[in-house]
Amino acid sequence: MSQLNRLPQGGRIDRSRKLSFTFNGKSYEGHAGDTLASALLANGVDIVNRSFKYSRPRGIVAAGAEEPNAVVQLGATEAAQVPNVRATQQALYEGLEARSTNGWPNVQRDLMSLVGKLGGKFMPPGFYYKTFMAPASLWMTYEKYIRKSAGLGRSPMERDPDIYDHLHQHCDVLVIGAGPAGLAAALAAARSGARVILADEQEEMGGSLLDSRELLDDRPAEQWVAQVLETLAGMDNVTLLPRTTANGYHDHNFVTLHERRTEHLADTAPRKDGRRQVRARMHRVRAGRVVLATGAHERPLVYAGNDVPGNLLAGAVSTYIRRYGVVPGQKLVLSTSNDHAYRAALDWHEAGREVVAIADARANPDGELVERARARGIRIITGSAVIEAKGESRVSGARVATIDAEGFRVTGQAETLACDTIASSGGYSPVIHLASHTGGRPTWRDDLLGFVPTLVKGVSAAGGAQGVYATAEVLADGVETGSRAASEAGFAAAPVSLPQVAVRRDGAAVALYQVPHEKPTLRAPKQFVDLQNDVTAAGIELATREGFESIEHVKRYTAMGFGTDQGKLGNINGMAIAARCLGRSIPEVGTTVFRPNYTPVTFGAIVGRHCRELFDPERYTAMHQWHVEHGAEFEDVGQWKRPWYFPKTVNGKTETMHEAVARECLAVREAVGILDASTLGKIDIQGPDAREFLGRVYTNKWAKLAPGRVRYGLMCKDDGMVFDDGTTSCLGENHFLMTTTTGGAATVLEWLEIWHQTEWPELEVYFNSVTDHWATMTITGPEARKLLAEVTDMDLDRESFKFMDWREGVVAGVPARVFRISFTGELAFEINVQANYALHVWETLFAHGEKYGLTPYGTETMHVLRAEKGFIIAGQDTDGSVTPEDLGMQWAIGYDKPFPWIGKRALSRPDTARTDRKQLVGLKPKDPKVVLEEGAQIVFDPHHAIPMPMVGHVTSSYYSPTLDSGFALAVVKGGQQKMGETVYLPMADGQVHEAEIVSPIFVDPKGERQNV
Amino acid sequence: MFYIHCPYCGETREEEEFHPKGQAHIARPLDPDACSDEEWGDYLFFRDNPRGIHHELWVHAVGCRKFFNVTRHTVTYEILETYKMGEQPSITAEHPEGRPTDAVDQQASLRDGVRA
Repeated sequence: MSQLNRLPQGGRIDRSRKLSFTFNGKSYEGHAGDTLASALLANGVDIVNRSFKYSRPRGIVAAGAEEPNAVVQLGATEAAQVPNVRATQQALYEGLEARSTNGWPNVQRDLMSLVGKLGGKFMPPGFYYKTFMAPASLWMTYEKYIRKSAGLGRSPMERDPDIYDHLHQHCDVLVIGAGPAGLAAALAAARSGARVILADEQEEMGGSLLDSRELLDDRPAEQWVAQVLETLAGMDNVTLLPRTTANGYHDHNFVTLHERRTEHLADTAPRKDGRRQVRARMHRVRAGRVVLATGAHERPLVYAGNDVPGNLLAGAVSTYIRRYGVVPGQKLVLSTSNDHAYRAALDWHEAGREVVAIADARANPDGELVERARARGIRIITGSAVIEAKGESRVSGARVATIDAEGFRVTGQAETLACDTIASSGGYSPVIHLASHTGGRPTWRDDLLGFVPTLVKGVSAAGGAQGVYATAEVLADGVETGSRAASEAGFAAAPVSLPQVAVRRDGAAVALYQVPHEKPTLRAPKQFVDLQNDVTAAGIELATREGFESIEHVKRYTAMGFGTDQGKLGNINGMAIAARCLGRSIPEVGTTVFRPNYTPVTFGAIVGRHCRELFDPERYTAMHQWHVEHGAEFEDVGQWKRPWYFPKTVNGKTETMHEAVARECLAVREAVGILDASTLGKIDIQGPDAREFLGRVYTNKWAKLAPGRVRYGLMCKDDGMVFDDGTTSCLGENHFLMTTTTGGAATVLEWLEIWHQTEWPELEVYFNSVTDHWATMTITGPEARKLLAEVTDMDLDRESFKFMDWREGVVAGVPARVFRISFTGELAFEINVQANYALHVWETLFAHGEKYGLTPYGTETMHVLRAEKGFIIAGQDTDGSVTPEDLGMQWAIGYDKPFPWIGKRALSRPDTARTDRKQLVGLKPKDPKVVLEEGAQIVFDPHHAIPMPMVGHVTSSYYSPTLDSGFALAVVKGGQQKMGETVYLPMADGQVHEAEIVSPIFVDPKGERQNV
Repeated sequence: MFYIHCPYCGETREEEEFHPKGQAHIARPLDPDACSDEEWGDYLFFRDNPRGIHHELWVHAVGCRKFFNVTRHTVTYEILETYKMGEQPSITAEHPEGRPTDAVDQQASLRDGVRA
């Protein structure tokens, strides 16, 4: 198809470079410099989508970020799919493939439109909720089909081949928007020496000057733009970021800039020098000062049939003609409330096409542009507006009538004018979105007929964003704002000379939002306010009648302002209509709050490199490679990768976890096992008051712990609840080594610091994490001593190196600290060596260990072995509501310690002193084959009517190869006084398990085995 | 995302380096056993939730590991000052423009009181 709407000359496109692309499977041609939207218009494509709710045909309305209809699915391959791309913001490239996001089987012949037509009258706001409300259980089913018919684009089903970056930036002045105000502000700030970032969302910087016919210093505006950009590009203190949207303005001048580096070239990033380029960057900018030069959006008028393809914004018509050399039709009717929109009619006329008429809402328009239109013989119908567009898949006529805007009524006979395009303009709304992100509520200005931003500290607005529209004033405002921002950031302003611009004489605009119709709004043909969400003026009126008075409620009830365009086009009109219906003024009704993001941001840019293997840091112990080579399955514990179990493969058959764990458990109980315990938190504590400090943060006593001795300790919060446990060893009179749970290491260190720094700064004590410095390997089992004796000359005699002692020595030729502590209940030695020696020591132990049956075991076996002994895991058997007394660990509470240690006072609160608190017990299933489910709820009476009173739950449960039975730890109300009683565990599948309350210590209750 | 000046490092750094730790100037009673259950519960669980100026405890968790105080406006999120442990705020709800430097009486009450 030829480009029937392309003018023979003009525009900023490169006519020598033709680009082919497809839309909905059909091939078209455009030029370098086109957007997808301008190329579609050049080819006469009227229908680009079907609407969200009514499936009405929709065409291109705007030329920028505010476009509500031309939202397409982009991508030639599955992996390259991008949903919700605004065709007006997508540069054309060779081979571009795009599809409508909506429309089935296609946008030309859409079956759903039948529903829209038949159901149109019956689809008020809240239609889906009202209609599909009952039965509630089916809502999920309904929703699936509603979503499908609504069509919101889809995400790719294949992995994204592209890479994305995050950049952290600082600057003195961040200027957002590179139109006349932004360029002037950036120039002024840059001249002062400030570090400046200038970001602009468009393909080219220059904003409105790119399609301005004004002369700056007697030269075309684009020449001034080129000159300023060249100057800025040559300055070391300036960073220019084109194709970069400031999508979010966060606290303390933190702005995220979404830079698209390759999306104008292809749907996946092309390669350069053999390497894939970065597709997009998220600049995380901390700015000293921010200048918002975001311009203004034109408001369309709301009239009947204003959604039929061929209804455009007046400014968009000018932009397409001037910037892209495309006239989107043959015969134009313009409906306007202001002078500036006359440009559309003048451009149309200059392009050699017919301007049927201008309907001007004002009685006596008399500005310069009005006179120019008159001089060209264009018919101007004053005091009137287009009240209705005729046509279905394209505008075929405009009904124009005189109106009384104040009284909201049509005053004269409507005249039908044949045309294929209606351009409308109801004035301009400053782009206040970013200022709104900071929490500032915008202010309505009657003189501007628009909201201007309310600005927090450190931010200013210039030009259109502030309601300043005349080019000369915009440039001056930009320079002043840029200089002020730089001087606030501490830079002396330098002079900037401004180009001379002729001042245009504009007449005053009138307020016009919804155009009245002969019929009342509820019975008139649909007048669309929000095209993307199919919100009509009638819908808003109905919402106010149903009692929705707050604009935020109206928004949520009607869906006005949701979607990819976030109400850029329709919000102010919607507020004006709500205000009319409620009999209030627009400022009384107020605006909804705009939130990030300004336009959609791809997840890739948000994620950056934090994906796949870099999603979260992974921590490995010094023996990690050995574990990998020996077939370990790994478990994530915090960020650590810990061996979970070591399945053996015999005769091609690999053990299940159950088989491996049973084998590992028996090896520890009968021979010797080895565990990599390096991940346990280790905190080095030194200072003359270290001992006193320990006594305050642990529940038990530390005053008499001698060097060479180790003690187990419980830590509580001041509410009396256990939050961590571990052993602490006395290394010297003023020197201790504390161990914590793997997950609790950082928390416990911060806990010690907060008490020291905020409550007891008078204590001289220092804390340092040494978790990574020392690797820990536990050898445990009856043969442990014999094995260790082979690799050390330390005295391992049971009398001189007692249980709960630690000794310094040499193991496998390496300086080591050996701790005789046991988490398995067996004879155990925990060997600590510097991490970089650890693999050597580990391998040496294996070299000597074979004859003793040395078996590596993982966290699962560790759990079984410790649970058999009734040793708790803080965070598994406790949950922040368990006191030491609930655990039956009164032996670890120093009730008579002199200092009121953390958690002590809480133990005498009436609630913590209750005797029917949930207490730690063992559970023995009546059927030894049963392994109770962790988390299963416990009841005393399984025949009790539902809901049964739940009296506790299972905290740890395993199969014990030693007992050849399932066993569990649990918390049960008053459990310590209920030994031998039976409890019941009703399961989701209807089974009820029976279990006996027993002591939590299942193996070696006297603790003899660890003491050998 | 906040931009926080650490009074110990003397530098303003990204919020990512810090952890908030709740309301500042909550002193642990020196003799917990002398507290009634209600007083002890008040110390443990009850905190202010003002609209406006609020004093908070933060820690430079991945920096110097020091705890310090932040005076922050809970509506604008503006950080009005940061100060070291043991020091008193110069900006309070009663003196949003800054307290007179000789307000010694007030310093004492802030130090003693659970409610800053």
